Amino acid sequence: MIFPAVWRILPGPAWLRVVLLLILIAAIVVVLFQWVYPWFSVTFDIQDQNVEAVP
Amino acid sequence: MPASVEVPTQPGAPAPEPPRRPSVGTRLISLVGELCIIAGAVIGLYVVWQLFYTDIVADREQAEVVDNLDWAYTGPITAGEGADDGPLVIPAELRLSPDTAPVMDEPAFGETFATFYVPRWGTDYVKPISEGVTRTEILDVLGIGHYPDTGMPGALGNFAISAHRTTYGKPFNRIAELQDGDALVVQTEEAWYVYRMTDDLIVQPTQVEVIAPNPYDDAAAPDSHYITLTTCHPMFSAAERYIVHGELEYWAPTGNGVPPEILEEIPQP
Repeated sequence: MIFPAVWRILPGPAWLRVVLLLILIAAIVVVLFQWVYPWFSVTFDIQDQNVEAVP
Repeated sequence: MPASVEVPTQPGAPAPEPPRRPSVGTRLISLVGELCIIAGAVIGLYVVWQLFYTDIVADREQAEVVDNLDWAYTGPITAGEGADDGPLVIPAELRLSPDTAPVMDEPAFGETFATFYVPRWGTDYVKPISEGVTRTEILDVLGIGHYPDTGMPGALGNFAISAHRTTYGKPFNRIAELQDGDALVVQTEEAWYVYRMTDDLIVQPTQVEVIAPNPYDDAAAPDSHYITLTTCHPMFSAAERYIVHGELEYWAPTGNGVPPEILEEIPQP
């Protein structure tokens, strides 16, 4: 469903689609590493090392 | 030549029937399957990010911060073989009593004002200490943070610092290896402060009395020059806090060599 649709939407011959797909995956990983994961980790306070009064 | 044979190939004729589309149920199941694959990849990548990537980024950043402090000692912290090798050691007469220790003013939030050396964690261990304990500005980036309004290094009271035990450069990763009597050395622009570990304990995150001026009796006035390290416990969890207390043994003005404690080679596990 999703994967075949992505493959159909990408233009060009198969090798170009593979290259585009790799670029797309790399871009998604960068967005996750730079913004999504840091936000998630801080927002949900998965690990905290401070002592503090009850929030 | 029967005309009917050519009918399907004539332009404008209906295309040959495409393969039958799978039923709604089948498509739904494959959609769910694909979403599961994507979710698995995103969660797996989170683990990679948290356990490896944050260390790489934070280690680089913290090493750069230490390098940019022109007063911070980053020279060889292994003693030479002969008497003349290795850095100069602070002479005994300059190892001064805690009562006379200079205490700097509390710096602005985010300012790196000290470096931290722990021989038990290796003679190459040096991390910056910065003002504040928020995660996004200090602990995730700069490493060790100083609790605002607790004592500064050398103060009569409690110099309380916090850092990650895992991930983000993990400055306090090996806190559980510390033993009573181990040196905890702080350098500021003005002075070296050599603390000795006295105590370790595990507390609830709400037990703020561990960073009180007198950590053993938060109602009493400070009676010594304490240092307190706080970090998470158990590893990778926020359930409890691992606390290490120490007391100032001596201080020395900078520029007269390094404390012999940071040259001490302790066998690494």
